[in-house]
Amino acid sequence: MKKLIAGAGAVAAALLATPATTPAMAQGKTITLCWAAWDPANALVELSKDFTAKSGVNMKFEFVPWPNFADRMLNELNSKGKLCDLIIGDSQWIGGSAENGHYVKLNEFFDKNGIKMSDFMSATVTGYSEWPKGTPNYWALPAMGDALGWTYRKDWFARPDLQAAFKAKYNRDLAAPKTQSELKDIAEFFQGREIDGKKVYGAAIFTERGSEGITMGVNNALYPFGFEYQDPKKPYAMDGFVNSADAIKGLEFYKALYKCCTPPGYTDAYMQEGLDAFKSGQVAMQMNWFAFFPGLAKDEKVGGDRIGFFVNPGEKTKGSQLGGQGLSVVAYSNNKNEALEYIKWFAQPDVQKKWWSLGGYSAAKSVLEDPNFPKTAPFAGDFLVAMGQVKDFWAEPSYAQLLLAMQKRVHDYVVADRGTAKEALDALIADWKKVFKDDGKL
Amino acid sequence: MNGTLPPKSLAERAALATPPTVAMRVRGLSDRAVAWIFIAPTIVLLLAINIFPLIWTIQLSFTNYRANRPNAPVRNVGIDNYHSILTDPDIWAAMQATAHFVFWTIVLQTVIGFTLAWLIDRKFRGHGFWTTIILIPMMLSPAVVGNFWRFLYQPQIGGFNYFVSFFTGLPPSSFEMIGSVKLAPWAIVVVDTWMWTPYVMLICLAGLRSIPDYIYEAAEVDRASPLRQFWSITLPMALPFIMLAVLFRGIENFKMFDMVNLLTSGGPGSTTEVASITLKREAFEKWRTGFSSAFAIILFVTVFGLANIYVKALNRVKQR
Repeated sequence: MKKLIAGAGAVAAALLATPATTPAMAQGKTITLCWAAWDPANALVELSKDFTAKSGVNMKFEFVPWPNFADRMLNELNSKGKLCDLIIGDSQWIGGSAENGHYVKLNEFFDKNGIKMSDFMSATVTGYSEWPKGTPNYWALPAMGDALGWTYRKDWFARPDLQAAFKAKYNRDLAAPKTQSELKDIAEFFQGREIDGKKVYGAAIFTERGSEGITMGVNNALYPFGFEYQDPKKPYAMDGFVNSADAIKGLEFYKALYKCCTPPGYTDAYMQEGLDAFKSGQVAMQMNWFAFFPGLAKDEKVGGDRIGFFVNPGEKTKGSQLGGQGLSVVAYSNNKNEALEYIKWFAQPDVQKKWWSLGGYSAAKSVLEDPNFPKTAPFAGDFLVAMGQVKDFWAEPSYAQLLLAMQKRVHDYVVADRGTAKEALDALIADWKKVFKDDGKL
Repeated sequence: MNGTLPPKSLAERAALATPPTVAMRVRGLSDRAVAWIFIAPTIVLLLAINIFPLIWTIQLSFTNYRANRPNAPVRNVGIDNYHSILTDPDIWAAMQATAHFVFWTIVLQTVIGFTLAWLIDRKFRGHGFWTTIILIPMMLSPAVVGNFWRFLYQPQIGGFNYFVSFFTGLPPSSFEMIGSVKLAPWAIVVVDTWMWTPYVMLICLAGLRSIPDYIYEAAEVDRASPLRQFWSITLPMALPFIMLAVLFRGIENFKMFDMVNLLTSGGPGSTTEVASITLKREAFEKWRTGFSSAFAIILFVTVFGLANIYVKALNRVKQR
C-alpha cells in the first residue's frame, strides 16, 4: 500500500512539475491544419504522423479544393473562425492576413527557437512570410515552394518522324523551348496533329475565370515579355508599366497561344483541367504548378520516360509566376502553443528533407542547396531555376479585389474577344487605381 | 343538487375547469392582448431574421464598411455607393445579362410549360408516367444540373454538341456553348428552361384542371370550334395560373446564382455574369460590404417593385 501511495505521489509530482507546452501536456490534444486539397497535402498528412509520434498532438486536416480554397479560408479568417489552428495560406493573402490580425506574428517565436529566415530561400521568405514586403516582419514559415512550370511529352518530341517534320518547318530540333516564341511554334506544330490515330493539341494553359486561373497563366507570359506591376522607384505608379508596350505584347501573345493551340472548349480551365488534358494524352505541353510534377512523373500513362519538364521560357527577360504557401498560426486558435510546436518541428532540416522526399517542395536551403538536390527528381533542377526567377502577384490587403479585376479584364480580352490588349490593360490600371485609392495608397 | 344548471358550451366548461388564479389573470386580458401573445414569437422571429438585417443592410449601404476589416474606421459616404453602382458600366452589363436570362427563360418556360400541360391534360394512355418523367429535372439540385450540363456542353465529348451535330451536320467540336460569347447566354437559358419548365407545366396543369367541364360542354352546344374554345375559355381561365408561374420564375431567375456559377462562372469574360454573381463577388470576394449592401438594396427594390406591379395586374386578371 505504501508503495502504491508513493508511486501515485511521484506521478502527481511529475505531472505538476511538467511545463505547460511540453508533449506530456499536449498528449491527446488535436490541432487542425487547413490547406488546399492536392497532391502535396497527402504528403503532408504522411509527414505529420512523425509530429504526432513525437509530440503526442493529433493532427486533423481540412483540405479544400483549389477553386474554393481562397473563398472558404478567407471567409473562415474574416469571421474569426476557430476551424484552423494552422493554415497554409496562399502567398497573396499575407498582406491582408497580417494587417487584419488573422495570423500570429512569428518574429519573437522564431528568435526564441533559433529559426532563422536566412535558412530558407529568399524568394520564398519574401513571397510567403514577409509583410510589409522587404521588411523583417514574419507571419509564416515558408512551407511549400512552388512556381509555374511546364511538362511536355518527351516521347512525342523524340519521334524521328515528328523531329524531321519539325526541322523541315522550323529549321531547328524539336526540343523543350527556350523562348515563348519557340513554345508557340511547338504548340502550333502539334495542334490538330494525329498521333497514334488520335488527334492531339498544342498546349494546356490556364483560362479559368472564377478564382485565379487566367491571371496566373497570363502572368507566366507577361513576366518574360517585360511586364512590371509598378514603377520600381515609385510604388503604385502603374502607368507605363502594367500597360507598357512589352506588357501589351505579352498579353497578345497569351491570347494568340490560347487561340491557336489549346484543345476545343478550353475556355475555363485551371490546374485540374490541365492535368486531365495531359494525362489523357490530349496535349503535347502543359502549363502547371511544380507541385503536381512528382505525381505526373509517377503517372502510369504519361510518367517515367514519357514526360519531360521545362522552366517557363523567357523572351525579353526571364520570369515565372510564384506559387506556394507559408505555414501560419491562426490568431483565433485555442491551440496556439501546439500549433507553434508544429512550426518548430516542421522547420527542422531533417523534417524538411523528408518533406521533399515525400513529394512536398521544401523551401529550406539545407535541402535545396544540397549538391545532390538536382539529381533527386527529374524536375528538381528546373524547380531551382524557376524559383530563381519568380515574381508574385500583388500581396496587398486588397489582393482579392486586385485579382478579381485582373481575372475580368484578362478573360474579357483573351477568351471573350472584347477589345484590344491595350484597352484591357488600361482598364486594369483604372480598376487597380480605384482599389489603391480606396485603401489610401494613392 | 346545488341549484345551478350545468354549463352548456365548451367555453363555459373550459372556464370552469381553469384554476381560479389563472382564470383571473386571463380574464384581465382583452382578446386583442391574447392574440398579440400568440403572434408575438412569430413577429419577433420575423424582425430578427428579416427586418433587422434589412434595416442593417440599408444602414451599411451608406457606409464604406468592409466586413474583412473590422478594425478600419467606418465612414458615412452618403449616396456614393448608389451613385457608383448606377454609373458603373460593369454593373449595367450584369443587369443586361440578367434581363436577357430572365426574359428568355420566362418566355420559353411559359410557352413550353403551357404546351406540355395542355398535352398532359389530354389524359392519353401513360400520361402519369410521362408526367413523372417530365418532372425529373426540377427535382435535381442546381449544383448537379450545373455540373451535369457542363459535361454535356463539352465540345469534344459532350452529348449536346453531338445532338446538335446529328441534326445540323456541323462537326461537334466546331462550336462551344459555354466558351463562346454569342452562345453562352443561350447556354444558361437552355439549362434553366430544361430544369424549370416542368415547374411551370405543373402550375399550368393545375390551372387547366380547375376549368369546369360544363363550360366546354356549353361551348360545344354553341358549336364553338376547338380553337375558339382555347382562346375564349382555356387561355383566359388558365391565365392567372400562368401569370403566377411567371411571377415565381421571374423572381427566382432574377436572383439566379448557383446554376450559372457552376456552369460558366460568369464567363466567358463577363458575358454571363448575372447580377447575383456580381453581388457575390463584391460582397464575399472583394469584401466591399457597403457597396454590395447598396447593390443588394437596389436589386431588392427592383424585384419588389416589379413584383408589386405584377401582382396588381394578376389581381385584375383574376377579377375579370
